[in-house]
Amino acid sequence: MSRYELRFSGSGGQGLITAGIIMAKAASIYEGKQAVQSQSYGPEARGGSSKSEVIISDGPIDYPKVTQCDALLAMTQEAADKYSHDLKDGGVLLIDSDMVTSIPAGNFKTVAFPIINTAKNDVGREIVANIVALGAMVALTGQVTRENAEKAVLSSVPEAFIELNRKAFSIGYEKALAASA
Amino acid sequence: MSKKVAFLQGNEAAAHGALYAGCDFFGGYPITPSTEVAEVMSIELPKVGGKFIQMEDEIGAMAAILGASLAGAKVLTSTSGPGLSLKQELIGYGCIAEIPCVVYNVMRGGPSTGMPTGPSQSDVMCAKWGTHGDHPAICLVPASVQETYEEVIRAFNLSEKYRTPVMVMPDEIVAHMRERIVFPEPGEIAVTPRKSPTVPPEQYKPYDTSFGDVPPLAAFGSGYKFHVTGLNKMQDGFPTTKAQIVQAEEERQVRKVDANVDDIVTFEEYMLEDADVVVVAYGSTSRSARYAVNVAREQGIKAGMFRIKTFWPFPDKQIKALAGKVKGIVIPEMNLGMCSLELERCAQGKVPVLGIFRVDGEPINPDQILAKIKEVK
Repeated sequence: MSRYELRFSGSGGQGLITAGIIMAKAASIYEGKQAVQSQSYGPEARGGSSKSEVIISDGPIDYPKVTQCDALLAMTQEAADKYSHDLKDGGVLLIDSDMVTSIPAGNFKTVAFPIINTAKNDVGREIVANIVALGAMVALTGQVTRENAEKAVLSSVPEAFIELNRKAFSIGYEKALAASA
Repeated sequence: MSKKVAFLQGNEAAAHGALYAGCDFFGGYPITPSTEVAEVMSIELPKVGGKFIQMEDEIGAMAAILGASLAGAKVLTSTSGPGLSLKQELIGYGCIAEIPCVVYNVMRGGPSTGMPTGPSQSDVMCAKWGTHGDHPAICLVPASVQETYEEVIRAFNLSEKYRTPVMVMPDEIVAHMRERIVFPEPGEIAVTPRKSPTVPPEQYKPYDTSFGDVPPLAAFGSGYKFHVTGLNKMQDGFPTTKAQIVQAEEERQVRKVDANVDDIVTFEEYMLEDADVVVVAYGSTSRSARYAVNVAREQGIKAGMFRIKTFWPFPDKQIKALAGKVKGIVIPEMNLGMCSLELERCAQGKVPVLGIFRVDGEPINPDQILAKIKEVK
């Protein structure tokens, strides 16, 4: 059975749990697949390590955590160092190139662009860096269509921030395609 | 008509399950990793005319739901380890005074403050032995978001049917995990009403066993007056130390559950028909177990899983039968061997019970279980 495992990792406050939830929601509610999202985080509200894991499958999902990761997002150097060894051969690693300067080596494809700075400068608000990253992960993993992912994003954010998030998602999606070409 | 679906956390599903069951009073004190239940109830209960109250602490919260239940409400509190410890005296009060209520406890690392955001399964003994004295115990251990929703409804039904506190205990993984949930239509899942008195107020006794082991419970404010105490009591609710009455009443309270084990105990058997090795698992750990059993089968090992859905009363009969059929029992659990003790008791030395015990805040992964399955000769 197809089982696709994603991990969104970084530090608390970066919105990675939200990004994971939206990815799973896109697969489960809009794409017609099955998905489970889980998370682990420290007691801190901000800072400290944070990760969100998403399993996507065509059938029922038993173990809800990552066994061998297909796609990893690392928003900090610590996360890249800690989790890249779990990546499958042929998997994909997406990193924020400003945050992760020592790029882990392995039999996986690494895609890098300045995610947080893209949110700040191209979208206009740093706070949507997680949605930029989500757009990129959607483009790189192909588990859900761009349309379904966008629906999941827009149904998860407050009315007043729909355009901001739509833009963040779109720019992330395009930047990842360009960076991986 | 297509059913309503949502992508929810276990805790959120629990709150919605409670609302489906007709819960109209929540008393609580927020604590990680159960807080989402209180959050949802605080938003949703007022919409359906219910009451939400955040008390000064967990003890107050437990007292509040007992009082509200006696006034006719269907009640819920939610908490986690340290809160469960604080609630214990009043849980015992609920048992002896026979007050229906549901206690939803998310298992996190312990003892004491332990690891607030880490998963654990170390409260399962506390569900039975946490409060002192002989008393009935019912504890449900869901393994998915959908099941959490449904088991909370069942908990309300059991608490009304047997007039006793019922616990629902997901581990932190199930409580915080998100999955798709399909909501049942109104009426699709039966909701058990409270057995009300059929006699006029002047003839009413709150523990009148002429109506059976589960006497009808009147609601305060409906014209019925009665006495409620934590002391051993007579049929009219007033205290007694008469040996014969105390003995009979204690035995009846425990019998409410013990004589109805087949009605209460639920479980899932997975690939057990020809199994040589059975993994007994509950909560999120059962999901790792299912994965491991599937891999073992692919490798030609005859493994199966017995999934405990009702931890208390314990599925003694089923485990005893399994122990006579298999070569070994594997028990993965996020504690240092709690269910394991029960399995050894039921296995009566007929087969080895091999434990995988983890309390480091990390889930038990399928590889660990597979390795242990292979140790059974």
